[in-house]
Parts: sequence; structure tokens; C-alpha cells
Amino acid sequence: MPVNSLRTADRETPSRLSLEISGVSKTFGRFPALKNVSLQAKDKEFLALLGPSGSGKTTLLRVLAGLEEPDSGEVRFDGEDFLSLPVRRRKVGMVFQHYALFRHMTVAQNIAFGLSVRKRTERPARSEIGDRVQTLLSLVQLEDLGKRFPSQLSGGQRQRVALARALAIEPRMLLLDEPFGALDAQVRRELRRWLREVHDRAGVTTVFVTHDQEEALDLADRVGIMRDGELKQLGTPNEVYENPADPFVYDFLGAACRMPGVVAGGRLTVADWETVAEKGAPQGPVEVYFRPDEVALAPPGGAGLAAEVKAVAARGPDVRIECLVEGQVLELEAHGPTLPAGVAPGLALRIKPLRPKIYTIA
Amino acid sequence: MTLAETRPRPGARLSLPAVMMVLASVAVMAVLVVAPLVTVFHDALSKGLGKYLDAIRGPDALAAMRLTLLVSGISVPLNAAFGVAAAWCIAKFEFRGKNLLLTLIDLPFSMSPVVSGLVWVLLFGAQGWFGTWLIDHDIKIIFATTGLVLATILVTFPFVARELIPLMQDQGADEEAAALTLGASGLTAFWKITLPNIRWALLYGVLLCNARAMGEFGAVSVVSGHIRGLTTTLPLHVEVLYNDYDFVGAFAAASLLASLGLVTLLLKTGLEWRHAGELAANRRP
Amino acid sequence: MTDQALPRPVQSGAAVPRRPRRSPWVEHSILPGFGLAMGFTLFYLGAIVILPLTALTALALRPWELGLSGVIHALTAPRVAAALKLSFGLSAVAALLNAPLGLLLAWTLSRYQFPGRRILDALVDLPFALPTAVAGIALTAIYAPNGPLGSLFARVGIKSAYSPVGIFIALVFIGLPFVVRSLQPVLQDLDREVEEAAQTLGANAVQRAVHVILPALAPSLISGVSLAFARAVGEYGSVVFIAGNLPMKTEIAPLLIVIKLEQYDYAGAAAVGLAMVAISFGALMAINTVQLLLAQRGKA
Repeated sequence: MPVNSLRTADRETPSRLSLEISGVSKTFGRFPALKNVSLQAKDKEFLALLGPSGSGKTTLLRVLAGLEEPDSGEVRFDGEDFLSLPVRRRKVGMVFQHYALFRHMTVAQNIAFGLSVRKRTERPARSEIGDRVQTLLSLVQLEDLGKRFPSQLSGGQRQRVALARALAIEPRMLLLDEPFGALDAQVRRELRRWLREVHDRAGVTTVFVTHDQEEALDLADRVGIMRDGELKQLGTPNEVYENPADPFVYDFLGAACRMPGVVAGGRLTVADWETVAEKGAPQGPVEVYFRPDEVALAPPGGAGLAAEVKAVAARGPDVRIECLVEGQVLELEAHGPTLPAGVAPGLALRIKPLRPKIYTIA
Repeated sequence: MTLAETRPRPGARLSLPAVMMVLASVAVMAVLVVAPLVTVFHDALSKGLGKYLDAIRGPDALAAMRLTLLVSGISVPLNAAFGVAAAWCIAKFEFRGKNLLLTLIDLPFSMSPVVSGLVWVLLFGAQGWFGTWLIDHDIKIIFATTGLVLATILVTFPFVARELIPLMQDQGADEEAAALTLGASGLTAFWKITLPNIRWALLYGVLLCNARAMGEFGAVSVVSGHIRGLTTTLPLHVEVLYNDYDFVGAFAAASLLASLGLVTLLLKTGLEWRHAGELAANRRP
Repeated sequence: MTDQALPRPVQSGAAVPRRPRRSPWVEHSILPGFGLAMGFTLFYLGAIVILPLTALTALALRPWELGLSGVIHALTAPRVAAALKLSFGLSAVAALLNAPLGLLLAWTLSRYQFPGRRILDALVDLPFALPTAVAGIALTAIYAPNGPLGSLFARVGIKSAYSPVGIFIALVFIGLPFVVRSLQPVLQDLDREVEEAAQTLGANAVQRAVHVILPALAPSLISGVSLAFARAVGEYGSVVFIAGNLPMKTEIAPLLIVIKLEQYDYAGAAAVGLAMVAISFGALMAINTVQLLLAQRGKA
């Protein structure tokens, strides 16, 4: 479906860089919102910016859209200096967190807005605009709602109208600011898949801001994790999940268990458990992280951390095991069928983290 | 307050105390508020319709009506433009001194109308700051239409701004930002997004502003000089006739103003019913 | 804009700014028109509000009137003092009577469903909508000794029009909507569940009113009464006809300004005017403080 004619033959190399951000900083009053952020995105790539609120991800998105002006740094798009372009000339399709639909216009008028405000010489004919609106309405599966007003739509429908409106201008880049933030969990999951499909069909470089790590890992080609205005790590979902750059990223991407340990002579020692330290691990006192479901449970005699089960709670096939290790409570997760029989409160056992990550103590 | 929101829990049958409360309320309103309104029309028509029509068709009455229309026709658009400009700055931008600006905009609300007239006399009256200069250059402000306009503007100064500021603060700047990312110019965003979003509140503010401007008495009384046919607006015309013991004439002119008030009330109530959501959340008197 | 004249902050450090910061006064925004709109706003505000008020203050405190002591002297002259006392005293009493009347109306309008409720609600605004001169002559006609209500008062020996009683009635008339409109939204929002909870805990109607409803209404009641008071102090049109305007007896402060102007006593008029502005402004500040306290209490 020729929804977006940007996808033309001249864009032959999909690995070509399209977005280059270098050294962007932005301060609000005394609050540094962005500190020297640099990143690149490939053409047609789906990039997620992940971070807690106040981490600067939305500010970075607004810088890309032209809604904020950075104090320093450079943004180039397809080699062009983006910062010298005013908002209206950047042709970015922005989907706002609260959609920012024009409340006094119908859905169709909302979608047509970007085309109808063009200069007369560049504006498509009225019938052409109407056709495009219809095409976009069917793309976002709202064929029959063109005459409705935003106030008559559900949250998920508004979200799709906002996306259709952004796509209508044939954007060079799609920017999404927490697009699912205001929706309930069920709708979020449905829209997530669908958004990825729309992105693939439209073939536009997309930057997506979210604080939901599951959403980011599920949806994006690459994920950038931000904290306090800095880009902490950038990589494919697998890379960042398997190799978090620091404890913050580790924590942010999923549940984590944490124990103090020591690395010496290529060996890692945590309490009474000793194992081979990974190559390049820091020396001396360290912090050891592991995921609560990446452990092997063994009888008291084997290798691992000596633990005592305090409580067991089953939630369907998943089981949560609360253990006491070295006076510290760890919450582990196990899948019912793989759980050794007889795990019950009071039982002594050994916990062996399968893939411990070693970080220096901050 | 909007009437549309005034919906008590349905199905509740009125108890005896409730009936007494309702009757007491109706009595208070009838004696205190409705009686004067009825009196105006009653006294205006007390000598028959012919006398009434004569009174409102006399040359002085017509001149007063024309002057009233002229004065409000100048004052209201100016205050509306100010209201939009001030609300645009206050609601869409962050700047220092915003609270001071808000206080200053509110200030005329707490001034006596007489003081709102007085200040112009102090500036432009014969012994005022610019009095001598104005006399030397043969410019008349006090006891002339200009003075009436200035006094009216000051009295009705905050009306439109007060309606728009809370509404536009509530709406934020996201829709304008969205319009810009879609390729609209700032001016287009203002005309196509901002203005349509505030149209009902703007109309509401203009309505109240106009009612007050046409009915203003104290402030214009101070700067008018009461020159019949020249500087008497309709409310001043009422006063002149009343002081001349021409009660039918006075009440006939007053009935026109009362009708203006009733029409304003009707339109205002209609707006509140139909567009409650697009007016500012909190109505204040 | 005024900010152009201000010195720019010195930029230092390694990060080279893309563009110099525009102004220390306003945050950068992509929306246009701030300079134009702010320029017009400030010009208009300056010309319509600030310049005249400056003239008022300056004239009242003019050196050859001995400054502040001159103002005090002008205000303590017997006729002026009597007028100020009358205006502020009657306004206070009228505003206080408006409290129970306003409570009654606001309660009825927001709690009971009855035929004509919406009309009654709309009519509450009539004192705003009716031009003051119209209300003034109408009230005078009603309360004059030969008027429909004035004759009733006369029969029990009360002179209503052309006496402080008449002024009081006019001030109640114009102040009523302020109290009703301040209370109504609060009464609407007042959680019925709180009342019902009190009821389940055994509170009777009077206890509920005293312990649950009145404390919740107090801030807006105070605010409404203050607004009614401030309006009453400055009111001219609806009072001047019914007052009778006898010096020392039924002469209100705004009328005194008019009289002083007619005698070309600009300084005297300015002194009374300044006193009224100062006191009204004080009332406005008090209202704002009450509302601030209300907001803080709501947060806690």
C-alpha cells in the first residue's frame, strides 16, 4: 500500500545512517536535562529511548522535533543540519504523549491538517487530500470514524488518529512520545505489535520514547537507555539485556538480585560460593548482579550460595521463592515444572546464579 | 459556576425542610432581585405604551443610545484584543513577573467605578497632569467621548482576559506545537488552532464586557459632565431624566438597559449550558 | 520588550552555545508572537491602569498637601470621615447578611431539584447584569415612602429609602451573587460520601452541618463575603439614588469623590480615592491569602 511514498528506490542501502546526534546538551534554568548526548540511527531503524521520568528522553525527542533548542551540539538528518531548520520545515511526524489532537476538528480534519496548511503551490487538490485521509484511516483501522470528534473516541483510537495525522505529512522521521502511556495494559500490548507493523510498512526512521522496558525491548531495533540526561547504553535489545553497561541499566531492564563479592586471581567469591570470574571483570570488591529467574537450585551439599527458603508463592505456573542468603532476603523466580520437588519454607538449599554480572562498587 | 453542572442527585423527593428552603430562596430572590426588574418595566409603562414609545424615541434618548453604542463599540474590541494578547503571553510562555502581571490585570476589579473615572480627571481634567497642555492644544478628553471611552475601558478592563487566561492555561501549548510539526506557521496555528479553541470563552467574555460597558454608570458619570445629547450615555440619560422628575422617561430608558441585561443573561446562560466544557472550568462572578 | 537593554550573561566553558540565549526574562519557546503580544499587553496595561493609578497616588500625596499627613488630614475631616465610616460600615453589615442569604440560595440551588430551579439559578446573576443606575432607580421606587415595600416599612415606622436602611438594601442586592457564586461550586463538589459517613457515625443534621459542611465551605464563604464587601464599598450607581445624600448622614464615600471633583478639589478627591483603592486592594489581597491557605490545606 503506497501510504508513504518516502519508500522509494533512492533509499537503497538500509544500513545508511539517517539521524546523527552529536554532543547535544540542554539546560532548563539550572537543571541539566541533556548532557552531551550523541547517538546515530540507521535509515528506517526503529529506535527506543528508555529511561525513568526526568532522564531527558522526552527533551531529546523534542529537540529532534524542533520544539526545544539545545544549548550546544549538533543534529543532522540525511546529512542536513537539522537544528537550523524551523519546526515546520523538518517534516517530522510527532505523536504527543497526550496526543494533542485538535479538539475542534473532526478526525478527518485532524489528519488532513498537515496537508491543508501547505502553501497553495505545494498543497494537494482537495480530492487528493480526501483520498489520503481515507487511506490513512484504513491504515489505522478507523475507516468509519472520520466524522467523529476526538472527544468521542477512546484512548486507543485517539492514539491511532494521532499517528495517522503524523504520517499524513509523509514524515522523514517519526517521533513518538510515550505513545501508549495513557492506555491500559491490554490495549498497550495490542497497539505495540500494530505500531511495529505500521513502521515497517511506512519505512520511516522512528524514535520512540518510553519508560516501559518490556515495550522497548519488544518493539525496537535498538534501545538507548537514558539516565539524568545521559545516554548510558545503546544497543540491540539482546545486547543491552545480556550485557547491561552498568548496574543502573541492569536494574532498569528487569528484576535484579544483588550480592557483594570479591574478584581476585580470576576467581569470583560471593559469600561461600566461588566461581570463575568472566574475562575483563573488575578486580577487588565488586557487586554481583543476577536475574532472579537465571539461577539453578541445588541441594545443600552442592556449589552455590547457601540459602534458606522463607516463603513460596505460586502464581499459576510461576513460583516466587523468598530466600534468606547471608542475612539478606532474595526473591527468586522459577517455573513450576522445573522446580525441584519439596521446596518449602524452612528448606536449606544452594542457589547458583547462572550468569552473574560483575560491576565495580559505585 | 455553570448551570449544566448544577445537577443534584435525581429522584430525591423534597422533604418538608427542603420545601421550606426552596420557598425561602424564592422569596429572597423575589423581593430582593426580581422586584426591581419588574418595577422597571411596570413604571416605564405606567402612563401607557404611547408615552413609553415617545420617551425612547426622543432625540436625547436616541443620541444617548448612539453614544452608548459608540463607546462600547470602541472599548469592547480593545479590551478583547488585550485579553487575547495577555492570555497568549500568560498561558503559552514562561516569563518572570507573571504573577505581578496577573495581579495588575485583576486590579481594576477591586476599584470603585467612581475611582476609575476619577483617575482620568486627575490626568486629563482642567487641573490634571496634562490639563494645561490639553487646553493649549484644544484637545478635549474629559467631558467628551474620549473620556467616556477611557473610563469604560478601565472599568471593563479584566473581563475578557479573566475568561481566557484560566482556559488557555488549562489547554497548554501542545496543540499549537503539533500544528507546527505538521508544517503550520505560527500565525496559522494561532488562527486555526488557538482561536477556535477559545471562541466560546472569548464570546462569553465579550458578552460580559459589553453588558458592563453599556451599563456602566459611576465611572462615566465622573468624566461625562452630563451634557445632554452630547456626553450622556444611556445610563446617564436615565439619571438626568430621573433628577428632572421625568419618571416615565427615566424608567423607559432604564427598561432598554434592563432588556440588555436580560438578553445578556439569556445568552450567557445558553453558552453555559451548551459549551460548559469549552468555557473556563471555574466561573467567577 | 524590556529585556533587550539587559546585559547578557557571560558565556564560558567548553560547550559552545549554538545561539546566544535570548533573554533572562522569558524562556525560549517555539511559539511566536511573545514580543508583540507582551508589548501590547504592557503598553495597554501601562496606559489604562498604571499611569492613571500613578496619577492618583501622586496627586493624593502631592507635596503642597503635606504628603501623607495631608491625606490623613483630608480623610479625617468630619464629612469625609462620616462618609468613609458609612460606606465601610454598611458594606460590612450588608456583606455579613449576604452570608446566610447566599448560603440559603447556594444550598437550595445545588441540593434540591424543583421546577424553575434553572431560572432561579440564572436570576442570581441579575444584580450583575442589571446596570447599576437601573437597579438604583428601581430600588428607590420600591422603597420610597409611597413605594410598594417602602410603604410597608413606613407603617412600622422605618424610613427605608433616603436613609441608611435604603443604602443597606442596595448593598445587599449587589453583593448577593458574589456569595452564591463562590459557594455553589464547593457545595457541588462537596463529597456526599463524607456527609453520609458522618451520618453512619451517628451525627445528626445539625452536627453534620457544623462539623462537616461549614468547615468545608468556610474558605469560599469568606472569599465570597470579601468580594461582596469590596464591591459594596465602591458601589455608586445603585446606591446614589436611594441614599438621599445628606452630608454626615447618608453620603457615601464614592459620592464624596464626585462632590469634591465638582468643587475642583482634586487633591481631596484623590485622597478619598486612594484610601478606597488601598482598602479594596487590601481586601483583594486578603481574599488571595484565604484562597492560598485553602489550596495548601487541600494539599495537606
